[in-house]
Amino acid sequence: MARRSHVQTTINGETVEFLCEPRQSLLEVLRDELHLTGAKEGCNNGNCGACSVILDGRLVNSCLVLGVETEGKSVETIEGLAAPDKLHPIQDAFLENAALQCGICTPGFIMSAKALLDQNPNPTEHEVRYWLAGNLCRCTGYDKIVRAVLDAAAAE
Amino acid sequence: MLENKDYKVIGTRPIRHDGVDKVTGRALYGADFQAAGLLHGRVLRSPHAHAKIISIDTSRAEALPGVKGVVTAKDLPDAGDKVADLGEGAVNLKHLCDNILASDKVLYKGHAVAAVAATNPHIAEEACTLIDVEYEVLSPVLEVRQAMEPDAPLLHEHLKTTSLGETADEPSNVASHIQHKLGDPEKGFAEADVIIEREFVTGTVHQGYIEPHNATAHYNADGQLTIWCSTQGAFTVREQVAEILQYPISKIKVVPMEIGGGFGGKISVYIKPVAAMLAKKTGKPVKVLMNRADVFEGTGPTPASFIRVKMGATKEGKLTAAQGYLAFEAGAYPGSPVGPGAMCIFAPYSIENVIIDGYDVVVNKPKTAPYRAPGAPNAAFGSETVLDEIAEHLGIDPLEIRLMNGAKEGDRRADGPVHPRIGFIETVEAAKAHPHYSAPNGKKHHGRGVASGYWFNIGLESSVTINVNADGTINLVEGSTDIGGTRASIAMQAAEVLGIPAESVNPSVVDTNSVGYTAVTGGSRTTYATGYAAYEAAQEVKRQMITRAAKLWEVDEANVQFADGEFSSINGKEEQISFRDLCARLGETGGPIVGSGTVNPGGAGGAYATHVVDVEVDEETGKVEILRYTAVQDAGKAIHPSYVEGQIQGGAVQGIGWALNEEYIYNAEGEMTNASFLDYRMPTCLDLPMIDAVIVEVPNPGHPYGVRGVGEVPIVPPMAAIANAIYDAIGVRMTELPMSPDRLLKALGKI
Repeated sequence: MARRSHVQTTINGETVEFLCEPRQSLLEVLRDELHLTGAKEGCNNGNCGACSVILDGRLVNSCLVLGVETEGKSVETIEGLAAPDKLHPIQDAFLENAALQCGICTPGFIMSAKALLDQNPNPTEHEVRYWLAGNLCRCTGYDKIVRAVLDAAAAE
Repeated sequence: MLENKDYKVIGTRPIRHDGVDKVTGRALYGADFQAAGLLHGRVLRSPHAHAKIISIDTSRAEALPGVKGVVTAKDLPDAGDKVADLGEGAVNLKHLCDNILASDKVLYKGHAVAAVAATNPHIAEEACTLIDVEYEVLSPVLEVRQAMEPDAPLLHEHLKTTSLGETADEPSNVASHIQHKLGDPEKGFAEADVIIEREFVTGTVHQGYIEPHNATAHYNADGQLTIWCSTQGAFTVREQVAEILQYPISKIKVVPMEIGGGFGGKISVYIKPVAAMLAKKTGKPVKVLMNRADVFEGTGPTPASFIRVKMGATKEGKLTAAQGYLAFEAGAYPGSPVGPGAMCIFAPYSIENVIIDGYDVVVNKPKTAPYRAPGAPNAAFGSETVLDEIAEHLGIDPLEIRLMNGAKEGDRRADGPVHPRIGFIETVEAAKAHPHYSAPNGKKHHGRGVASGYWFNIGLESSVTINVNADGTINLVEGSTDIGGTRASIAMQAAEVLGIPAESVNPSVVDTNSVGYTAVTGGSRTTYATGYAAYEAAQEVKRQMITRAAKLWEVDEANVQFADGEFSSINGKEEQISFRDLCARLGETGGPIVGSGTVNPGGAGGAYATHVVDVEVDEETGKVEILRYTAVQDAGKAIHPSYVEGQIQGGAVQGIGWALNEEYIYNAEGEMTNASFLDYRMPTCLDLPMIDAVIVEVPNPGHPYGVRGVGEVPIVPPMAAIANAIYDAIGVRMTELPMSPDRLLKALGKI
C-alpha cells in the first residue's frame, strides 16, 4: 500500500486534516475518510455529475480530483449548503417543485445549480439546461429540476 | 360506484417527508453504509462472452497483503436441479446461482466468476487481477434470430423448448414459446380492406439508474445474517439470498437503505449473496460495490427483440385482425419479458381476431431484468407504428382511428382477461383536445407523431402498521422502498382517512424484521397496494378511536361518528372531540392504539397513455431533435399530482432515450463496447424540452381512492410516437431502435 499523505484543506468553511493515498480521489476521501457521503458515485469517470462539489469556487467532479490536490484549497459540498435552521433557496426550490424522485443525483444537481447561480444569478432556461447537462438524472426527465433552478434564481 | 369526492389531502402537493434528508445529502443510500472493521469486496468478471471454465486458481490473490477472503462458485451450496419459487414464477436454482458466480461456463462478458474481500477497495481490485482463470473460449450467439437457428451454438446443453405445454426432445436456445389467440385471425384478415405487415428490431437497453448496485453483509457469531443494501424489495432480497445460500429466512435480516433508482433493475440480486459469502468467510462486515461498467455488463438490461406485426382494417378504419410475432432475447438464462410483451401488444384496442406468438430465447448477453413495463415498449414500437401506417393509408387521423378501435370496459384482451373500467379513450380524447395537437406543424423537416400504450399494473402483498402518537400525529411503518416519493403518496392515503394533514404522518421504510411481508416496489404497485394497506391500517385506527370515544362518553359505539377529523356523538348526548385531542387521551381509555393493514388486492387497474411529439430531423447529420412533448395518462386518482407528473415525465424521457440513442453496442466477440455513461448516451437536460404531463382521472374501482399505478406505462408510447413523427417529417418509416443518426442517414440513403 502506498504511503498516505497528510493534507490540510478547508471543507465547508472548516479547516480539515486527513491522510490519504495518492491514488484516492477527492470523492473517496470525502466519502470513505471524512464520512461526507452526500457526494455520490454514479460512474467514477466524470460522466454523471453525482459527485459534484465546488473547489475554490469552481464546479468539479470530485471523482476526477485527487484528494492530495485539495491541499490549501477550499471545498464546498452539499453538507455545507443549508444553515442550521434554514435550507438554501435551491434546496427549498427542489422540494417545492418535487424536483427529485430517488434523490441520488440531487446533491450533485444542487451543487451544480449553486455554481451556476453564483456566476449567473438570472439564467435563461437554455442556460440552465446547458449548465446542468453534465449532471445525469434518470428519474425526472429534468422538467421539474430545470423549473426548480429557475425558481431558485427568481427567489434569490 | 365511486363518487367524485372532494378530498382534503389527496390531490394536494405537500413536501415529501424524506425531502429534507435528500436535498441536504443526509439520506443514506446503500453505498453510504459504514461499519467498524468494514472490508471491501470486488468481483472478478469474465472477459469472454461464451467460454467453459477449465480452472480457477485464487492462491496468488489470497497471498496479497490485505486480502481477507476469496470466494468462487465452489463456495455456493450445490443447487442441483431445484426449482425455486420466488413469488414471480418458478426459477431454476442452478441458473440463479450460476448468475451469481459462474460454475462451469461463463455466458456473457461481465459474468461474475470470483470475488475478493480486502482491507480497502484498491487492494480488492488488485487481487482480482491475480486470480488465474483458464477458459476454453466458445463462439458467442449475440442476436435472437441467430440464436433460434437450428445450428446455432448452444448456451445450455440441457435447455429444451417448452412450446404450448409440450417439451421438445432436442436442446435449443429457445426456452419457451407462448401463444394467445382470440377469434379467427384468418377470417379477420380476409375481411380487411387494408393489411400492413412490418418487421421491427429493437436494441438491448439498460435501466440506467444512477446508483450502482451495492451490498454490505455481516454474519453474527450466532448465524444471524444482516444485509444493508439498495433494493426495490427487501423481502425479495431475503427470499433470493435464502434460496441461493440455502439459508433460513428467519436468520436473514435485510435493511433497505435509500435507493438511487431501479426501474425494475434492482429486484434481482447479484452481489448481495456474494457479500454474504465473503462476510461468512472473513467474519467481518463486507461491502461490495459495482462500478458503472459492472452495472452495464453484469446486471440485467432489458431485451433486444425481433418483432413482426400484421394488422388489418376495413376502409372505414375498423381493425378486423392483428397478428404479432415477438422473439425476445432473455440473455444468458431463460426469463425475458416476452410474456407481458405479448399480453400488452394490442391491449389498447378492441380487436375480435388476434393471434400472438412469443419466444423466449437465450443469447450471450447479461440475463435480462425487468425495465419499466417490461416487454411492452418493444411490442408497442411495432403495433403503434403499424397502426399509424394503417391510419395514413386510409386517410384517417391517427387519434381518430384510436378512438374508433379503443378498448373499453367489458372488452376482452387477446390473452384472456376482460377489461374492467379503463381510461384509454379518455387519454386519446385529452390528447386530441390538447393545444399541442392543433398547433401548426408545417415546417420542413418537422413532424408530429402520436402513439398509445398499455400496462396492466399489479397488486401483490403489502403490510402497513400505524402507531398513534399523543400529539395527534401517526407513525406509519411500511416495507415499500421509496424510489420516487411513495412515502408521501402512502402517508397521504392514511392522512385522508384520519382527517389529519399529510405532515402529521411520519412514514418509515423499515427492515424485514420490523414490518409484515411486502412485495417489491415494482409493477406500478406501491401507491396502489401499499397505499391500500395504509388505508386499511388507518381504518383500523379509526375503528379503535371510535371505541375510545364511545368509552369516554359512555355511549354505544354505533352512536359515534367520525367526519372531517372530529369524532362526535349522535342520537342523544352532544359530544365532540377532535382526532388530536382524543389521541392525548388514549392512555386513560385503554392504552396505545396500533392499527395494521395487510392486502393482496386483485383490483389493480390497467394504465393507458397517449403521447404526442413534435420532432425536427436534420437531414445532414441524421439527428432528431425533440421540439415538443405531451404525455397524457390515466392515473385513476393522482394522490400527489407532482410525483405522478414526475413519473410521466421520467418515463417519457427514458423512452426518448430508448428511441433515439440508447443501445448496447457489441463487437463480434460479444464485448459491449460502450459500457460507460459517456458512450451509452442517456438523455441530458440539454437534449430535451419541458415534458407536458397531462393527468386524466378515471378512478380504478379496485382501490378505495381510485388509484391506478402510474410508474411504468409512460415508457411504452415514446418509441413509436417518435418513429411516427420522423415519418411525418421526412417520409421514412423507421423500424429499428434506436433511431440514431447513423440509422437515420442509412434510411435516407445517405450512407
